[in-house]
Amino acid sequence: MSLTGRALVIEGLHKSFGKLSVLRGIDLAVAEHEVICLIGASGSGKSTLLRCINLIEPVDAGRIFVEGEEITARGVDVNRIRRRIGIVFQAFNLFPHMSVLDNVTLGPRKALRMRPLEAEERGRTLLRRFGLEEKALDFPDRLSGGQQQRVAIVRALAMEPDLLLLDEVTSALDPELVAEVLNVIRELASGGMTMLIATHEMGFARDIADRVCFLDAGRILEEGPPERIFGAPREERTQQFLRRIVEAGRL
Amino acid sequence: MSASPGRPGGPLDQEGRPGLPGPSGPRRSDGPSALGSTLVALVSTVVFFGVVGWIVVTSPGWPAVQQSFFSGEVLASSFPSIVRSFWVNVQLFLIAEVLILVLGLVVAVFRSLPGPVFFPVRMLTTAYVDIFRAVPGVLVIYILGFGIPGLGLPGIPVEPFFYAVVALTLVYSAYVSEVYRAGIESVHPSQEAAARSLGLSRLQALRHVILPQAVRRVIPPLLNDFIGLQKDTVLVSYIGVVEIFRQSYIKQAGNFNFTPYIVTALVFIAVTIPLARLTDWLIARDKGRQAAGGVR
Repeated sequence: MSLTGRALVIEGLHKSFGKLSVLRGIDLAVAEHEVICLIGASGSGKSTLLRCINLIEPVDAGRIFVEGEEITARGVDVNRIRRRIGIVFQAFNLFPHMSVLDNVTLGPRKALRMRPLEAEERGRTLLRRFGLEEKALDFPDRLSGGQQQRVAIVRALAMEPDLLLLDEVTSALDPELVAEVLNVIRELASGGMTMLIATHEMGFARDIADRVCFLDAGRILEEGPPERIFGAPREERTQQFLRRIVEAGRL
Repeated sequence: MSASPGRPGGPLDQEGRPGLPGPSGPRRSDGPSALGSTLVALVSTVVFFGVVGWIVVTSPGWPAVQQSFFSGEVLASSFPSIVRSFWVNVQLFLIAEVLILVLGLVVAVFRSLPGPVFFPVRMLTTAYVDIFRAVPGVLVIYILGFGIPGLGLPGIPVEPFFYAVVALTLVYSAYVSEVYRAGIESVHPSQEAAARSLGLSRLQALRHVILPQAVRRVIPPLLNDFIGLQKDTVLVSYIGVVEIFRQSYIKQAGNFNFTPYIVTALVFIAVTIPLARLTDWLIARDKGRQAAGGVR
């Protein structure tokens, strides 16, 4: 597997929590500007995979490369790596004691040591781009769930990451707020952002993904272009999963 | 109990009380009005304290007690010097409180450091908290106030005020560090994950994300400990600091009269009650804020 020209390469990734084996040999290569959707049942390892890539969870075995650099190597500066990899969480995890603008500029100011004025300008530009300019001085709890999640995306983008990880970012939202967040992600995809998206929104995955990976019991059981995965899945587990999704009216 | 609910004008119940109006009785208004409640509270308070006061002042020993505890003459003569010596307590608790807030935070952060590398730090700070919470404060004051100067080492302070501040700081920092630690642990781990995912170091995450939220949550209990500290400043009288309690003792002994103690009690009440109300207000405000935050 060639490392050059790849935004992200994962080799033989294993992760367990105690006796519970969550990731059991993940291999994945993501090209630059590629959008990958991870689908699969709850507990199949989607979130853990994203958290491992962001080094929030230490990996047990296997290697992860970002832009050719092994980030799982010993002695690597995890703070420097995390600055290059943005992650957005299901529960937003905004900082409740800071204004929207401070949420967005905290990373640039503290981790990138950017001058406050410069960071603020970058933050305001991003907020404007995503229609949140008027919320800049509000506190997160004054915002709707959809707005909060868009702020969380902007917060990740303010670090200008090479790679953006999205962990079920619409799962905690009311149905009518899902679209505004998905539209933001669509815009990022069309802008060429490399993204790894764990999602239960199958219609969205079909629209946006260059490639869909079906995770089952800690492995990537099947991967391919969305038309094939959703149209003609080969694996029985994939077929079962998609049938249940269709029955639930989610596709 | 009684099978049939009482009715207005109905029979007395088993204990001989008139039956209460039941569901079929004449409808009353939903409750007393606000003005009515205030009136009831006022009357019941006046009656209660009136009765208690009457019992006290008609008791056989009252004239003697009044003379020993509530002498206007002694009050007038001791009041200025007692209030003046309270300034020593104010200095004590203000200086100590600043040191306590800093030391308590440092201890709490050290105790929260994860990983095997920091085991010695965690062990030492845990031992410190355990010991200084276990030993009665007055003993710490005695041991430090008499013990350390007693060593006769050159260059170390001999003023009891110095050891009073040190002893109070050590005792209260142990409590306050636990308050801080509870606050730190109340901040959800996802907050640290979010901060670290931006590339902030552990220290930066603590400084900018965890601690601001933790400290805000524990301001009411911190104020509570501050009130405790104010009162415990009288303990340092045992090592010879002439503060309010010592001064009132001197006045009491000089007059063979306990009125100076009543004066001292009133001074503490005057200082503590506003702080207690402030604490209540902060707690109520936090509750309101959380409720507002819960609405989407």
